[in-house]
Amino acid sequence: MPYEPVIGLEVHAQLLTETKIFCSCSTQFGAEPNSHTCPVCMGMPGVLPVLNRKVVEYTMKMALATHCRINEACNFARKNYFYPDLPKGYQISQYAQPLSEHGYVDIELDGGKKRIGITRIHMEEDAGKLLHDEHLPSSYVDLNRTGVPLIEIVSEPDMRSTDEAVAYLKRLHEILVYLEICDGNMEEGSFRCDANVSLRPRGEMMFGTRTELKNMNSFRNVQRALDYEIKRQQYILESGQDVIQETRLWDDSKGETQSMRGKEEAHDYRYFPDPDLVPIVIDNAWTEEMKKSLPELPLEKRERFIRDYQIPPYDAGVLTSSRALAGYFEEVARLSGKPKIASNWVMGDVLRFLNEEKRDIKECPVLPGSLAEMIQLIEDGTISGKMAKDIIVEMYRTGKSPQAVIEEKGMIQITDEGTLEKTVAEVIAANPTQLAQYRGGKEKLFGYFVGQVMKATQGKANPQLINELLKEMLAKE
Amino acid sequence: MGIEKQDTGLKITKEEVEYVAHLARLDFSEAEKSKFTSQLNDILMYVEKLNQVDTTNVEPMSHAIALQNVFRDDSVHDSLSHDLSLSNAPEARGPFFRVPKVIE
Repeated sequence: MPYEPVIGLEVHAQLLTETKIFCSCSTQFGAEPNSHTCPVCMGMPGVLPVLNRKVVEYTMKMALATHCRINEACNFARKNYFYPDLPKGYQISQYAQPLSEHGYVDIELDGGKKRIGITRIHMEEDAGKLLHDEHLPSSYVDLNRTGVPLIEIVSEPDMRSTDEAVAYLKRLHEILVYLEICDGNMEEGSFRCDANVSLRPRGEMMFGTRTELKNMNSFRNVQRALDYEIKRQQYILESGQDVIQETRLWDDSKGETQSMRGKEEAHDYRYFPDPDLVPIVIDNAWTEEMKKSLPELPLEKRERFIRDYQIPPYDAGVLTSSRALAGYFEEVARLSGKPKIASNWVMGDVLRFLNEEKRDIKECPVLPGSLAEMIQLIEDGTISGKMAKDIIVEMYRTGKSPQAVIEEKGMIQITDEGTLEKTVAEVIAANPTQLAQYRGGKEKLFGYFVGQVMKATQGKANPQLINELLKEMLAKE
Repeated sequence: MGIEKQDTGLKITKEEVEYVAHLARLDFSEAEKSKFTSQLNDILMYVEKLNQVDTTNVEPMSHAIALQNVFRDDSVHDSLSHDLSLSNAPEARGPFFRVPKVIE
């Protein structure tokens, strides 16, 4: 029987605020353990949490960017459970009244677009970090992360394949990073994902029993874990057994999901409104203010690039993969007036250099103005495209302008017909054998002559001019 | 899951006390369990009086004081010194709190 997977995702994104959600401790990653702690985030008796306004605003931005409705009023609730990374014995989260609900994002697939529903986006605090001793029966607790603001983005069970799930995740990731409210670093845990997966016979309306997958800390692991889990459930169903509803952990090294039995006690979080925090009321003016602060979002930008710059969708996708890269490209396009050529240089050489050194576009030594200038130099014939390939290497290495590189290397293109004619004549004279063969019908040798002229001029000759002159002079008896 | 109200006259049964005790990771003797069952029943009966108030047109509220939108600015203040943070810990090791091993 053909089965259809049904996938829903819960994403936790750490917000890029300076301070924690309910206290003024720093959120900086990588500090000495337990150095960013205070009585509030350590859950001392008698302390009072006070909400960071920026957390509300960042959550509103994400809600607006994903077409969610922002609730007029919302509040915080306590989610009660015991774990050593949670000093208060409860996590402050949102439950019955989240900040926002009922949104969507559109994902692009080979077969077109698909809309994935977002159930809700709410604010909550992160827990601390645990390290387990390999030899002693001890665990070590670092509370620096306790109280770092998170948003939880819950999707509808709208995805029907691993590819759709990964496309959705990438879309959320891209929006969060574009909004500059999350750094998106999956390895450091700034962007985490849990998945709910079930299978049902194709055509069936009812959902099957689902499992929840955790511990997937890269897009690739999400893909692998989902693929594995879908196969596992299919095998169970095909052999006539029932899937057990449980939480399963992805084991990257073994490449499989494993049951979390043992820790799998029935949870009873006993949510109730947190009496330490007052309700949040969001009026239209505030929402409008946040709306105005939104940047152009990746999908809109992509469509605009395709439309306005006449570049292929793939190129537009690469160039809009980050706001900084898109900005860089637009600057080069604007200054050079040649968007298509600008796109080729940015996509080709600039990105290749950066990727080789794993550098970000923000650190690119070739400034947009320099690249635009180089493109103009090619356009007006001062340098050839081939020379430019060498010049840009130098520009990247030294951070110098194309003019400076050209002057240093004496790389002005030879466009003077008289000078070039002389060189062409010399090359022809020096290669009588090839000349005879060429005239005897071996036309492929034309390329050989071009190469010889280029060599003689150290690549500085205008290729078009060489072609014209060679054609003319080779034909002459 | 959770505590379902049962129509037994009693608000809370011994099983519910045991359940809540387990959630709170507390261990009670049989005598304590009966004592807490009866005490919790007394408390809930007393609070039950609130149900006599007519709240037909009153919106449920999550806070007793009519305050809303209390915020802080996002600016960093000093945290506790590291030694002070750990000073109440029953056990510490290096910069960490130390607890009995919990396996994921």
